[in-house]
Amino acid sequence: MTAALSVQGLQVAIGTGASSANVLRGVSLDLQRGEVRGLVGESGAGKSMLGRAVLGLLPANAVIAAGTIQFEGRDLVAMPEPERRSLLGRRIALIPQDPMTSLNPVKRVGAQIAILLRHHLALSKRGALERAAELLAEVAIREPRRVLELYPHEISGGMRQRVLIAMAFACDPSLVIADEPTTALDVTVQRQVLQLVERLRQRHGAAVLFITHDLGVVAKICRTMTVLHAGRVLEEGETAEVLAKPRHPYTRALLAATPRADRPAEALRPVPPALIENLWSEAHRLDRLVVAGPA
Amino acid sequence: MVDLALDSALGPPSRWIAGLKRGGPRLWVGAALVGVLVLAALLAPLIALHDPLEQDLMSAQLPPAWVVGGDLAYWLGTDSLGRCVLSRLIYSARTAVAVALIAASLAAAIGIAFGLIAGSFGGWVDQATSRLIDVWMAFPPVLLSIVLAAVIGAGLTSVIAAIVVVDWTRFARVVRAETMVQLQRDYAAAARVIGLSRSGILRLEILPNLIPLVVTLLAVEMGIAILVEVILSFVGISVAGDTPTWGGMIAEGRQIVYQAPWIMALPIGCIISSVIGFNLLGDGLRLVLDPVQRR
Amino acid sequence: MRWGEIIRRLVLIPPTLVGVAVIVFVLLRVVPGDPIAMMIPPGASPADIDRLRAFYGLDQPILQQFITWFGQALRGDFGRSISVHQSVFELVLARLPATLELAALATLIAVVLGTIAAMIGIQLRGRRAEWVVDGGVGVFLAIPDFLWALILLLLFGVLIPLLPISGRIDPQIDVNFHSNFYLVESILTGRFDIANALLHHMLLPALALALPFAALVARILKTSLAEAEDQDYAQIARARGFSRPAILLREVFPNALIPTVALGGVQITLLLGGTVLVERIFSYEGIGNMAIDAVINRDFPLIQGLILTFAVLFIALNLGVDLVVTLLDPRLRHG
Repeated sequence: MTAALSVQGLQVAIGTGASSANVLRGVSLDLQRGEVRGLVGESGAGKSMLGRAVLGLLPANAVIAAGTIQFEGRDLVAMPEPERRSLLGRRIALIPQDPMTSLNPVKRVGAQIAILLRHHLALSKRGALERAAELLAEVAIREPRRVLELYPHEISGGMRQRVLIAMAFACDPSLVIADEPTTALDVTVQRQVLQLVERLRQRHGAAVLFITHDLGVVAKICRTMTVLHAGRVLEEGETAEVLAKPRHPYTRALLAATPRADRPAEALRPVPPALIENLWSEAHRLDRLVVAGPA
Repeated sequence: MVDLALDSALGPPSRWIAGLKRGGPRLWVGAALVGVLVLAALLAPLIALHDPLEQDLMSAQLPPAWVVGGDLAYWLGTDSLGRCVLSRLIYSARTAVAVALIAASLAAAIGIAFGLIAGSFGGWVDQATSRLIDVWMAFPPVLLSIVLAAVIGAGLTSVIAAIVVVDWTRFARVVRAETMVQLQRDYAAAARVIGLSRSGILRLEILPNLIPLVVTLLAVEMGIAILVEVILSFVGISVAGDTPTWGGMIAEGRQIVYQAPWIMALPIGCIISSVIGFNLLGDGLRLVLDPVQRR
Repeated sequence: MRWGEIIRRLVLIPPTLVGVAVIVFVLLRVVPGDPIAMMIPPGASPADIDRLRAFYGLDQPILQQFITWFGQALRGDFGRSISVHQSVFELVLARLPATLELAALATLIAVVLGTIAAMIGIQLRGRRAEWVVDGGVGVFLAIPDFLWALILLLLFGVLIPLLPISGRIDPQIDVNFHSNFYLVESILTGRFDIANALLHHMLLPALALALPFAALVARILKTSLAEAEDQDYAQIARARGFSRPAILLREVFPNALIPTVALGGVQITLLLGGTVLVERIFSYEGIGNMAIDAVINRDFPLIQGLILTFAVLFIALNLGVDLVVTLLDPRLRHG
């Protein structure tokens, strides 16, 4: 069965010549149909870069130095632009991080959803608005018709995130990249959003790559997980196993550093700086090996 | 983090050279154009071939020397009274430079004073000053200068007064805004804690940081001053008597524009190069003095 | 809540106008220069001069003069012009439409040209050619309207004589309209031959006024487009499969319009102020041209009336621009 997403040995570098830096160092990752995989790592680990690479949204000074990205067996990198654009928003969707800045402030909510529907699904104006109302109801927004007429600044952050989730699932995608969708929300809203994503994923049968730095979120919703650091995959596997029996010292350190509600008295142990340093030296050593080429 | 106020403006010569490099081509082109203008003004008696007031009615309306009918004695031709155009252009530069330097500096001094007072005292002083500036800016600037100059009578003083009276608001607004921003910064609060008086703060902390801004405005203002002088002399209410001015030459040239277009065209060229020179110089100086600005 | 601020601005208008009037009044009378002296024929007796002075009320103390003038102004009487011997109100009203038409045409040209330049510039973003657009805009911006007027006059009036360089219309055409809005009326009544002649005369002065403003619009709009394009919602639109031109036009442009109108709209008053000289250069019969004559002739009542007119127009323009910004930005409407 073709994987929904298959990333093999992806290397992404930023900048050119002497000042270039690797952000992804040979990352490989698979996502089967309907699988929810968490992608964890600290800031700067390269998680967002991976998401952007899949969507074809790397910054102008970033280059894919090596590796492949395949969506349902099709090469995303080599694909001609118009073909990729027909996939984006439709079969491959994004749930963005910051609900406060991810919606166009001068257009009504309904209009923004409708534009998407009309572009990809060729619905009529009225049909699109109807469908938009249905989508809002699906993400548990009360009075969907009223909300359609509102501007983004007139609804709360939590509601905006739901609108963004609705837009992600609007065209029935098979792959959804969720880029830290709960980071900007407070804890109570987080729970609702996670439940929503899970419910919609089940209904549409989509695979979800859940990018986050929060292990708690991963534990709740992701069946599999990948741990990223300095652009390298350090560990991956079924979430339950990785969290119960972490193999890599970094994963163990991450777990130890996570506050736990069931053991509040336990002192937090920060990730040892020496460990981080080692990991970075290792990464740079691998860089030099790649540049030097095989012996 | 506390900003340090004293790291601007003065420093070792190596810093100066590095700073000058930041100015880029704008700085050099601007400086060159302004330099030519200033040199022409200073060396007028030495480099002008003829007395600008000397009339030679036998050689009236001669075209420039390289055109058919021109005379090598008059490189750029003559006007209706047989006066050498080139010499008149050079002597007009004197008026332009004098007006630019004096008027711009005065406008700056008055504007900065008002701006500092309004920005640092706040409260009703600020309100009153802002209202004054608003009312002042409701005037059509060109008309106001014309009115002033006409009413005061011909002469350098009236031209300078006209420019200063109209344009001090430009400095006042900007300085006021910048002062208020600076006063909110950490280092100003720190200075107050130390017990520095208000004028002490202004002198030691605020002023050095205003220098880049003021220098740029000053350069631009000089360009504007030249333009205003041109306007006033075009309308006929600038410096007294026969003193050659670019505006006056344009006005004369306008009357005979079909017969002798160069009389109008050449002063326009001088004005444009001077104004662009001052603008570029201002831009370049801004880049040199304020490295945070990167556009 | 935004509407409250507009009410506040409206309320502030009369005091501002009074302030303007006071300043002009005082300036004209305090500073040396005697209009009467300019008007009298040589050989007039001192008694005649005194009578003339009394006729125009210039022998009274300044405060008294202002009160008289203000009282009359409230009734719509702005005095009589010293040089033209007609009611100031009528004189200004007769010439105002010409200037308004010119300014409106200039603004239209400027907005169109500026928008095109900005759209071209944003398409070229990040490429070498962008520098060309930025440089061009910079040059156009540095040259003020009256210099453009002179350049255009030279280029297209004299060197390549395409267009007329003086007056509002050919002297031989008979214009018989109700109002002095010649262009508007000629179009509305289908007199396109007259409209054509008018436009021929208006094109060069309007272009002169428009070019610096167009450059300003281009620069502000392009910067705003670039900033808006970097915002999250525009980036996410790309992740939804929309093409860059579509995103620029549909998502980015409405957002970029807001700061452009806010920052650029304020500068329309500069365009209006520019009519003073540009009209003079092209001998166009509007209030700008009249203002210069009034000043040279020290025609106090006319000067006062004209400055007040300009002030009213400036204030109205600023208010109008703010209203437009409020309409464009839904965030401002709901407070």
